[in-house]
Amino acid sequence: MTALRLYVAQRLTAALMVPMIAVHLVTIIYAINAGLSAEEILSRTRGSVGWGGFYALFVICAAIHGSIGIRTVLQEWTLVRARGADVLSVVFCVTLLILGMRAVVAVVS
Amino acid sequence: MTNMLSVKIWRGGSEGAFTAYSVPSQDSQTVLDVVTWVQRNADPALTYRFACRVGMCGSCAMTVNGVPRWTCRTHVSKVAKDGALTIAPLTNLPVIKDLACDMEAFFDKWQRADGRFVPSKSRHDAIPAIRPDGSKRVAADEAIECINCAVCYAACDTVTWNVDYLGPAALNRAWTLVNDERDAGQKSRLEAVTADGGCLSCHSHQTCHELCPNQLNPTRSIAGLKRTAASAWWKGDVR
Amino acid sequence: MYASCIHRLSGIGLAMFLPAHFLVLGLALSNEAALDGALRWTDQPLVKLAEAGLVFLLTVHAVGGIRLLVLENLPWRDGQKTFAALAVGCSALVTFTFLLRVF
Repeated sequence: MTALRLYVAQRLTAALMVPMIAVHLVTIIYAINAGLSAEEILSRTRGSVGWGGFYALFVICAAIHGSIGIRTVLQEWTLVRARGADVLSVVFCVTLLILGMRAVVAVVS
Repeated sequence: MTNMLSVKIWRGGSEGAFTAYSVPSQDSQTVLDVVTWVQRNADPALTYRFACRVGMCGSCAMTVNGVPRWTCRTHVSKVAKDGALTIAPLTNLPVIKDLACDMEAFFDKWQRADGRFVPSKSRHDAIPAIRPDGSKRVAADEAIECINCAVCYAACDTVTWNVDYLGPAALNRAWTLVNDERDAGQKSRLEAVTADGGCLSCHSHQTCHELCPNQLNPTRSIAGLKRTAASAWWKGDVR
Repeated sequence: MYASCIHRLSGIGLAMFLPAHFLVLGLALSNEAALDGALRWTDQPLVKLAEAGLVFLLTVHAVGGIRLLVLENLPWRDGQKTFAALAVGCSALVTFTFLLRVF
């Protein structure tokens, strides 16, 4: 990956997530209403193609955006240098994708 | 009796220490005046750089009370805290001796950023007309008064964190050339400034803008480079 | 400088939280009761406060991020300190709304 591709990927996912975070925050504040229950969450998400697609896209964006950010932080703030930061950020991205997609499947199916 | 300033000046190379001097305070005294007084009256071995003394040449930048400044145009009354001054060499550059830094890395990065004009015409061609109010000319004008003093480079956190980062001055220079319609080196320059350590590493802290003695705004120039780079990527011109 | 430190630290915080967030939701894969058990744990006041902290991190990272996207992609505007302060203010407001709802 060139620096320019990473830059574009991070900014594009950021722009995509702006409306998604707004929806997410409204949902959180609406749903929290003095506590959460599994039944309440799952009744909203089970079988919903809309929520499923929304959260899947959210997970993909967050994994890409977060791992590029972590790569920069590792390079600038830790002793891990270029190569190590590349490897660690790819591992982080894949971990987030797997765990995130598993969570989406769990609440939708 | 004249008021005295208590001045601490860095002596030595990267390993060194501050030495204290007592310097007579005067009206309209600049930090460079203070350093010069010390060399002439207290310690002739003190090493520092200056040339024009009027804010044109960019050679006298030093760290004054923790902040990089052009010392010839910085009045003591503006920066001294209770009559105390601590004067050190610029940060982010290797110290040669006392207040003189090795500027090589700073100037090398101007070259790495393709910060030089590439002619597109010969003397046999007509001189291209550039309208003074054209948008590119205006953008270049806003960034062109750099005196290479390296205050921005010393102030930049990103340079501190990433030794390969080109820094505000080199990228600001590249931006003026990106806006030069006569220049023929655009593609190679865009590749140079978007490589690792180029404009995309900038975190927009804006310390360069805050401290630039000529009130330039390198962060704005770098944002311009980022926009140019992103749209060139979109068109497939750079990768 | 402070704005970008807030942006970076909130980003690191969110990145650290995401795996845990996904793991808890993944509990629903085995059975609903397991997810409910984890959610009951979040009923404790201290956990609720921590959640408010996360809401603040998310909002401040998002609004601060909008400021950066605007700074990088639209013509320059002065007064960046004001925008950064506004971002923190907005986030405090959203967090406060969350706190009102959660307790």
